[in-house]
Amino acid sequence: MRLELGNILIKDVQFGSETKVDNGVLYVNKEELIAEVSNDEHIASVEVELARPGESIRITPVKDVIEPRVKVEGNGGLFPGVVSKVDTVGSGKTNVLKGSAVVTTGKVVAFQEGIIDMTGPGADYTPFSQLNNVVLIIEPVEGLDQHAHEKALRKAGLKASVYLGEAGRDVEPDEVEVYETQPLLKGVEQYPDLPKVAYVQMLQSQGLMHDTYVYGVDAKQVLPTLISPTEVMDGAIISGNCVSACDKNTTYHHQNNPVVKDMFAKHGEEFNFVGMIITNENVYLADKERSSNWTSQLAEFIGLDGAIISQEGFGNPDTDLIMNCKKIEGKGIKTVIVTDEYAGRDGASQSLADAHESANAVVTGGNANELIKLPKLDKVIGYLDPVDTIAGGFDGSLAEDGTITVELQAITGATNELGFNKLTARGY
Amino acid sequence: MGIKIITNNSKVRDMFSENYNLEYLDTDYIGVLKKIRDMVHLGFKLYTHPLSGSIKPNETPYKSVIVSDTCKGLDFESLEIIESSIRVAEKFLKDRATPNWLDKAKEDFKEIDYSIIDDALKIRG
Repeated sequence: MRLELGNILIKDVQFGSETKVDNGVLYVNKEELIAEVSNDEHIASVEVELARPGESIRITPVKDVIEPRVKVEGNGGLFPGVVSKVDTVGSGKTNVLKGSAVVTTGKVVAFQEGIIDMTGPGADYTPFSQLNNVVLIIEPVEGLDQHAHEKALRKAGLKASVYLGEAGRDVEPDEVEVYETQPLLKGVEQYPDLPKVAYVQMLQSQGLMHDTYVYGVDAKQVLPTLISPTEVMDGAIISGNCVSACDKNTTYHHQNNPVVKDMFAKHGEEFNFVGMIITNENVYLADKERSSNWTSQLAEFIGLDGAIISQEGFGNPDTDLIMNCKKIEGKGIKTVIVTDEYAGRDGASQSLADAHESANAVVTGGNANELIKLPKLDKVIGYLDPVDTIAGGFDGSLAEDGTITVELQAITGATNELGFNKLTARGY
Repeated sequence: MGIKIITNNSKVRDMFSENYNLEYLDTDYIGVLKKIRDMVHLGFKLYTHPLSGSIKPNETPYKSVIVSDTCKGLDFESLEIIESSIRVAEKFLKDRATPNWLDKAKEDFKEIDYSIIDDALKIRG
């Protein structure tokens, strides 16, 4: 599979009479965008706001972040199985409005989380402060239950990103990235002297605001499977997952998975990147056993020498992570695990809920319990009142002067377990 | 394989007590985990992870866990998991106690805990 990602570099976003990209500026016809996403019986109203890097704006509570794209050549469309039909993606050409994003906000539940500060100390902790964001503030119809509300928000964000991405269809990309995978046996032959390494991505799959979809299928109901890394880069996986904002993968994270990107960069030099396995994180212990058995069998079946395993979320997925690590290592395959930590506010406590001696190569995205004070910003997009009852906050975390004291876990992407952030810890 | 739901979530009780073996506890989050630990010591087997969901143990007051409905002899894996889950919960509660939530927030915590158990039961068929 050969995928060309054509990056159209977006330096600014403005409202305009026509939705288009002109000289690096994304112009958005607000009314048209609202009409596009309002076509849902569950949505009462949609507001659109813009948030640019450096502006004194706080966006909260964030539900998802999505990169606007358009499929210009090749099989399938955007977000197959959800927005477009279930064709296999991952080949052809996809244009990307690089530097922009759709951000959805909505009050699905009364306790909230997910902060993106566009300036100040909080901005350093979220990669989305660096993007030109088109923010949707979505009000549901009266009496809508939480499940339908979450789904309406999720679909609205995807539809908005498809609508905006369309503006890049006929624009000449500023840069083109090419990613190519071979059929497994051919790929193995390609670099016979290099170790064969795959990426094992664990997907959160537990329930309301804890779900991930693969080609539209709830990941709770999939068995671990092989998938081409370019399929993931091309929108095969989407997020329905926002509780524990610091270490949940937004759709943007899946589209731009840095593990995939970095493994392509090392492919043919340090190792042979032969493929990718996706698995889930269910709450039943028997499901955890089954999925980790299957994942390790697949790893053995494709003849791996090494695997990089990334986790998603807090607590019980630590058990999936260690099961995957232990069982894959048990097949004689070296592993590196990618996680984050809940080591207490002083950083001195045990970081994970599970451990094993085979987990001896660990990359961390940082300690989510660490406290941060966020200054008052001029403008809030979304709803600030829930921040008082936000993950990692506490009674009185929203002070009278408008400052917020919270743990990093409240900030979208702060301790991301794909490494799409700046935090880590190193041993010397 | 018989199952039993242990919960302090009234929504889980109301939705499942008719069709499932269920024990409702008038206790807090850590109280549910400690009850599970006692049951594991008595030989009940853990079927769902006690730290299900991503809401932190010092945020949600509610927890539902599925265990075996009969004693099967001490299961060391269940014991390890429940002991480490209690350690994690105590670590969070040491830094900050669970806030005194408004009723609306409590209802939403109940809904998420219910959704997780409901989805787990559904995919078990």
